[in-house]
Amino acid sequence: MAEPRLPPHRLILIAIVVAILVAIGTQMHWEWVAQYRGEIGKGILLTLILLVSTSVAGFLLAIPLGLAQARGPRPLAWLARGFCNLIRGTPLLLQLWILYYGLGSLFPYIPGLRGSWLWPVLADPWIYAFCALTLSFAGYEGEIMRGAFAGVPRGELEAARSLGMSPFSILRRIWLPRAVQRVLPTLNGELIIQLKATPLVATISAIDTYAVFGRIRQETYIVYEPLLLMALIYLVIAGLITLGFRTLEKRHAS
Amino acid sequence: MADYRNMSIGELLSLTPPGWGGALLDGLVLSLQVAASGYLIGLVIGMAGAAGKISGGPVTRDLLSGYTTVIRAVPELVLILLVYFAAPDALNHLASAVGLGPLEISPFVAGVAVIALVQGAYATEVIRGAINAIPKGMHEAALAHGMAPFTILRRITLPLLLPGALPGLSNLWLIATKDTALLAVVGFTELTLASRQAAGSTRHYLLFLGAAGVLYLIVSLASNLLFKTLERRMDKGAHHG
Repeated sequence: MAEPRLPPHRLILIAIVVAILVAIGTQMHWEWVAQYRGEIGKGILLTLILLVSTSVAGFLLAIPLGLAQARGPRPLAWLARGFCNLIRGTPLLLQLWILYYGLGSLFPYIPGLRGSWLWPVLADPWIYAFCALTLSFAGYEGEIMRGAFAGVPRGELEAARSLGMSPFSILRRIWLPRAVQRVLPTLNGELIIQLKATPLVATISAIDTYAVFGRIRQETYIVYEPLLLMALIYLVIAGLITLGFRTLEKRHAS
Repeated sequence: MADYRNMSIGELLSLTPPGWGGALLDGLVLSLQVAASGYLIGLVIGMAGAAGKISGGPVTRDLLSGYTTVIRAVPELVLILLVYFAAPDALNHLASAVGLGPLEISPFVAGVAVIALVQGAYATEVIRGAINAIPKGMHEAALAHGMAPFTILRRITLPLLLPGALPGLSNLWLIATKDTALLAVVGFTELTLASRQAAGSTRHYLLFLGAAGVLYLIVSLASNLLFKTLERRMDKGAHHG
């Protein structure tokens, strides 16, 4: 009994939404968009770069974190679990500020650092934004990877061992691919959560999408319109991520 | 002005001025109040939302999926700005239209509203999943016994859905406590902003931001313990079956 995708009531709802969008588009003030087009584009680009780079780096970090918790020697397992609990037990905003204001306030006291090549990097908010978001993603994903590693049936690993595979090739060819397969369905949600976390970097004066719109609101004194467009932009990005995963799943299913 | 540079850590964190410990605890209390209020209202929204998604008409269901999809895709920080700056304006337009004076939305109320809105969207999905996991026969058996709908909710559905929903709901509570930190961005002096103010005035950044982190950790560990105990109790009940 397949329900049609577009029953009459849904067509009416869609029509109402479109009417509201048209009203918003024609009745409200959008002249500023043309003027700020370039900056908005740059903000979106930086948001996307931040999202992709921290997710990839965070995921790579999550693999050893999950492995250590699932089958590591005890001190390592404790260390990894402690890190995950620390990340998951405190707000990301606070972690970001501890890195930026807390650690950042110590760097000037390190002799020789001010003159070195590292100084311009450390004076830039983006490095703190990258580190905080990467560690956060690793903390949450590490917990998920722990379950995924532990959930791979032992028989498969034992079969690999009895074939004479070395521990590293077992990890590379059996354990890791099977674990990643298990976390793929959750990755969609995790990526959207990570996307929603990126605007926090505006609080340490990194200029992402959120910060660009903050500036627009300050300079134009317009209340609603920038907020609405910004919400729409994040909605579209989240929608594209979900769409991407749907296509990926469909291709793997067939 | 106090000489913060030469104070010991104990003096800096002491509960009475010039120490900033009291300010941090005030912030913690505010955070917990906003989180708890938002969480409870979110649970009510979640119950209603789940009921609507499962047994509502087609229009209700579509509207509810619109709500949960949009709220879960837009950053909380953007929602906070919308509720803080746009909603009071809109409410005042509405109020003056019906002849009421200008309404004042306190930062506390706006904070609770945002948390409740977000929690409601996630709670809808958690509770819906838990209800769907209940065997249909339970509900039908209760109906066959002639139970009233409300009695069924109270005696059959709620007790059966709680064990399934509890892990999700405990996770949501932890998210609620952490989401309150975002209110720092609009100048609401909850724990994170309080710790930053302390850090800024004393120039002891790591100490105060770290102290706030420890407080958050204590809250999350205590909550975990509480929910684990609850879950264990529920499990016992479930096995008596």
